[in-house]
Amino acid sequence: MSEITATSTGAVSADSSSRFYVHEHHPENGTLLGFWIYLMSDCLIFACLFATYAVLGRNYAGGPGGAELFELPLVALNTAFLLLSSITYGFAMLESQRDRVKQTLIWLGITGLFGAAFLTLELYEFTHLIMEGAGPQRSGFLTSFFALVGTHGLHVTFGIVWLITLMFQLGRHGLIRENRRRLMCLSMFWHFLDVVWIGVFTFVYLMGVLP
Amino acid sequence: MSEHHNHSAHGDEHGHGEEGHAHSTLKGYMTGFILSVILTAIPFWLVMGKVFDKSSTTAAVILAIGAVQIVVHIIYFLHMNPRSEGGWSMLAMIFTVIVVGITLSGSIWVMFHLNANMMPSMPDMQQMAPSDLSSTAPGALNKMHHMNMNDMP
Repeated sequence: MSEITATSTGAVSADSSSRFYVHEHHPENGTLLGFWIYLMSDCLIFACLFATYAVLGRNYAGGPGGAELFELPLVALNTAFLLLSSITYGFAMLESQRDRVKQTLIWLGITGLFGAAFLTLELYEFTHLIMEGAGPQRSGFLTSFFALVGTHGLHVTFGIVWLITLMFQLGRHGLIRENRRRLMCLSMFWHFLDVVWIGVFTFVYLMGVLP
Repeated sequence: MSEHHNHSAHGDEHGHGEEGHAHSTLKGYMTGFILSVILTAIPFWLVMGKVFDKSSTTAAVILAIGAVQIVVHIIYFLHMNPRSEGGWSMLAMIFTVIVVGITLSGSIWVMFHLNANMMPSMPDMQQMAPSDLSSTAPGALNKMHHMNMNDMP
């Protein structure tokens, strides 16, 4: 930690746009490390949901199983949306490093649209399943499925809320230090959701349709 | 698209270099993206094209590819390396991987073992060969549930 504390001497003399006056010594990387630790704890939540699905995933209670319910082309499209939103967020980060607010905002907007497309498709899938009588109360398999995939979808929803908020912040204050830090945090959050989705499409969808 | 990214050198280090985290590059993101596309396409192709006859082979291969893709994402998108945050984020991640491993493997092991131990008391399962028990084990929970319901006064 010593090199981190040594580099933060300029933190107190921030410009007037900063609303954040912390006079005590405050390591610069504290937020990013703290946010990383939050993500790791989130990872544990998903691990519990994955474990629940692993245990209950084949308990159909006489109801439909994964092979009958899952439409893989739809899942592939959803995976593509999320992967593309990851790379467009990467482009937004690159533009923010070049101090180009407008391009950053455009890429963030595209990221948000891909995220919204992902959510739309997922909600369509959920309503479709519930209409077919395969709602979360049907079997242990469907309960654990909705809990796991729904929790991921909720994360994406809040990621989009955060993204829109951050776009307004960027539009108003520009690429100030605080906004750069927020961009870094949301970047970790967004890529983390993509990592969780890898687990979901591999373990739930692809393995779910295997005979 | 790539030209206008490439010609600009990293002249603007303010607000970045001093924060001590990895500087992301277009090359890193594109490498990660192309690897991810390949590693996503292969498992979908394996399952949708029914490449292997045995489900267990397919499952093992797609799980392995999924694990590789997670590592690719962590390196190229999350910019994880042993030096970031003075090694503390790496340490947190190793701890998390251990706990996740214990949670997943422990749950699966204990719960399926529990199912297997319940099997012999099931009247309709007694004539089954031991090799069939493991494959039908997950369904045992439902039967257990019904039995408990019947036992209740």
